[in-house]
Amino acid sequence: MNKIARFILFDILKNKIVIFYTILLFIISWSVLGLESNYTKATLSLLNVVLLVVPLVSIIFSTIYVYNSSQFIELLLSQPVPRVKVWFNIFLGLSTALVLAFLLGCGIPILLYSSIETGFSLIIMGILLSVIFTSFAMLSAIISRDRAKGIGISIFIWMFFSIIYDGILLVLMFQFADYPIEGIMATLAGLNPVGLSRIFVLLQLDISAMLGYSGAVFQKVFGSGGGMGISMLILMIWATVPFVLSLIKFNKKDL
Amino acid sequence: MIEVKNLTKKFGKFTALDDLNLSFTNSKSIALIGPNGCGKTTLIKSILGLNVIETGDILVDGKSVKDDYLYRKDIGYMPQIGRYPENMSIGQTIRMIKDTRKISETHLDTELLENFELEKMYDKKMGTLSGGTTQKVSAVLAFMFDPKVIILDEPTAGLDPLASEILKNKIIKEKNRGKLIIITSHLLSELDDIVSEIVFMNEGKIIVQQSVTDLMTERKSEKISESIISILKEMKK
Repeated sequence: MNKIARFILFDILKNKIVIFYTILLFIISWSVLGLESNYTKATLSLLNVVLLVVPLVSIIFSTIYVYNSSQFIELLLSQPVPRVKVWFNIFLGLSTALVLAFLLGCGIPILLYSSIETGFSLIIMGILLSVIFTSFAMLSAIISRDRAKGIGISIFIWMFFSIIYDGILLVLMFQFADYPIEGIMATLAGLNPVGLSRIFVLLQLDISAMLGYSGAVFQKVFGSGGGMGISMLILMIWATVPFVLSLIKFNKKDL
Repeated sequence: MIEVKNLTKKFGKFTALDDLNLSFTNSKSIALIGPNGCGKTTLIKSILGLNVIETGDILVDGKSVKDDYLYRKDIGYMPQIGRYPENMSIGQTIRMIKDTRKISETHLDTELLENFELEKMYDKKMGTLSGGTTQKVSAVLAFMFDPKVIILDEPTAGLDPLASEILKNKIIKEKNRGKLIIITSHLLSELDDIVSEIVFMNEGKIIVQQSVTDLMTERKSEKISESIISILKEMKK
């Protein structure tokens, strides 16, 4: 890991908000897993919390951090360091810190109270969601010079993928209920990183039968080994594309 | 040595720098002065590569700033407001910047570090420092790597009299060693002892570029501040 990324990583790990976030995740995971004796049920409850909290904290914290670092970024750029390197290292430092916070907060209770087979998919998704929403944060922080606007964009991105996207899907489902749209619906649901993470974990838990007919479709589309590969690929794309866009913008930006 | 050639910089419709031509030679300390919004900071940021240059060019020691980033190893920069990651200590911050420069310890210029007595505070977090102490860290970083060009943006604004005296002496010393020093400042009285050339800017253009001695004789004044004020009054007419 590069010196700049490590520097930022250590700075964030000592940050009070990140420490609080880790403790919060730990308490939630510990209480949910400790109270419920059924691993599958407990993992499901935890999944819902993780899908809500991890993207929100990752995107808001990272956006604010990038804005707060603007003067530091200028100082780094006045050193003989290329822009690409500075921006990439900030991304690397931020996402590593948030992934570590998630692993400490959720990973340890899962290892202690649940089994690795049921918890593994959840841990993978938590890591990917942390990286994806950090990547979105880099983009929204570079789009606007105004901090309030940047944070607003971040909140909207989070709301869009966590709430609005599913709402739109529901409306479509009701509107076109008479048509055979299961395939399209599964694809659309799979394009949303948050929704895809949920499906991914659910399928690993072998409770897709509870989802009824659409569960069967999901099982067919995502359940196979190839489907898993595709879902990982989609999540990887979500993690890189916003960052690459932000990098292109950063390269041309007047600071 | 810095050469600015036909540099024009626009932010939307606003022209910050208007077809600027300038040349700064070594062994000089140059004061960039002018009213707020005259383009001083834009010029400095263009030299540092923080602003993207579209029309015109800037050459630092013959190397265009548009080509690559390596020319910046010859530049030391002290920003007006330094803000560093809060939870890292002074020592860690200095070490990190050292790592980006990759210069051996023996070539480092630690004079300011010693004179500001920062080593005693190496473990203090950047977030807990006063504005003045943060400025000291910025100044140390600007001079540490023995760069050929040193750019100081309002260097003495937050410093106590003792520290600003140390910094001034350092500036004079480095100038005499053949370096090019560029200072922007509103505190005209601060400039008297350290500056050898004045560049006065307004609305993205150079109004005056003159050595201090010429300026003084022309304006028949003993202080830079008085001569600048006489220029300003002339402009108003």
